[in-house]
Amino acid sequence: MSIFASLAKLDRRWIFLAIGLLVVVPLLTGFHIAPVRPGSRAQGFYDAIEKVPAGATVLLAGDYDPGTIAENYPMHLAAVRHLMSRNVKIVAVELYPGGPPLADRVLHLVGEEFHKREGYDYVNLGFKSGNEAVMSQMGSSIPITFPADRSGKPVGRIPVMKGIENFSQIALLVSISAGYPGTKEWVQQVVSRYHVPMVAGVTAVSAPEYYPYLQAGQLQGLLGGMAGAAEYEVLVKAPGLATRGMDAQSLAHIFIALMILLGNLAALPQRAPAGRK
Amino acid sequence: MKREVPLIISMAAGIFVLIGFFVPHPLVRTGYDKIQQWVIVVVAFTYVLGMANLMKLNLDQIQRRAKDWPYKIALVVACLATMAVGFQNGSHYLDDGTGFTWIYNTFYSAMSSTMFSLLAFFIASAAFRAFRVRTVEALLLAIAAFILMLGRVPIGSLIHPVLPQAADWLMEVPQNAAKRGILMGAALGVMATGFRIILGIERTYGSEGGS
Repeated sequence: MSIFASLAKLDRRWIFLAIGLLVVVPLLTGFHIAPVRPGSRAQGFYDAIEKVPAGATVLLAGDYDPGTIAENYPMHLAAVRHLMSRNVKIVAVELYPGGPPLADRVLHLVGEEFHKREGYDYVNLGFKSGNEAVMSQMGSSIPITFPADRSGKPVGRIPVMKGIENFSQIALLVSISAGYPGTKEWVQQVVSRYHVPMVAGVTAVSAPEYYPYLQAGQLQGLLGGMAGAAEYEVLVKAPGLATRGMDAQSLAHIFIALMILLGNLAALPQRAPAGRK
Repeated sequence: MKREVPLIISMAAGIFVLIGFFVPHPLVRTGYDKIQQWVIVVVAFTYVLGMANLMKLNLDQIQRRAKDWPYKIALVVACLATMAVGFQNGSHYLDDGTGFTWIYNTFYSAMSSTMFSLLAFFIASAAFRAFRVRTVEALLLAIAAFILMLGRVPIGSLIHPVLPQAADWLMEVPQNAAKRGILMGAALGVMATGFRIILGIERTYGSEGGS
């Protein structure tokens, strides 16, 4: 039996085992292959936050749920860390029903790290159904759209919401998004109408969709998937989950490229007779 | 009458919201805001409808002992239990230590992440079994895939320093051009459909079929 024929009969469970090991071993051992170098899109994200003056308010939209936690959570964490380190106030909203607990976790975790107080330095207004209608309505009035925070406390009694009426009081919109409703809708409903500067952190698979907005200047910066999050972690000098995951991702990408090559080599004997015919 | 009234309501609402998007005058804005609030309330009700539909479908299938009916019992029980725990926790259902947070972290979060993680295994297996370079187009796709897969991760610059730059060029020039074309085409299509609905040419929402 030729080597190609043996390859063609390769049990896919060996492929599963190999990819499993290539992902798990770097995550568990923490060995390091190559340094992460920030690109221009992550630099744009970082610069936009750097431009926000201390004491200003940022709207943080956490539009994702645990399905994309591996990609969105590290960038969410790094963005909140960057904002809080600069003493920027955060108003968080979520348009995914599964989003509020993740936003809460990020805000509380980083809030404790920087000694920030809930209600004074940050607030999570929680989930609201309505997709684009919510975004549009926030342009008229944020307190009417979100009359209470996620635990039911009226926004009138939340100090960080004092003076926040609509997007005019928002210095930057930070969208951490897994799909619909998310970054694209925020650009269409808010950036194009109210001209609020915006940056986005999105899943790798959806990132190409936002390149036109980035090139048009409607997005100031873009983090695409775990790679984007890792680049941003390097910029904020807080290597974390994404930086650790990049070695696993590097090996997995090489393995998948190798699988494409081997798969085509294995198919060579089947193709040759057909070609002659 | 049954046909004309929904048509007139759709036409009036469509024209008014379209004007409201561009005209910030308080006279228009007040009504526009009111409609947006109605939309938010209506969308919230779709969750109730979705829940009712889910229950109806699954309870019916359980009763008929349809295929995989034990899984449907698990779904209904999990759904009702999560709702009951959420209602019992009240407005503080997301606080640390509540039953709802426990369900979220233990089941929902873990299972959702697992489903997403399985993609790595399927992609690797599919790369070996399904990605066949049989045509020039497939060869171009394979070359682009290789450059992007290797150029977008840190190891790419170790393999060759040009790889990350080539990956960036692919994303910012050919990919962006294609994506821009698709976006513009889709936007024109949405505008055309919107106008057809507003003008009453497209009436499928009234379950009447085409014009």
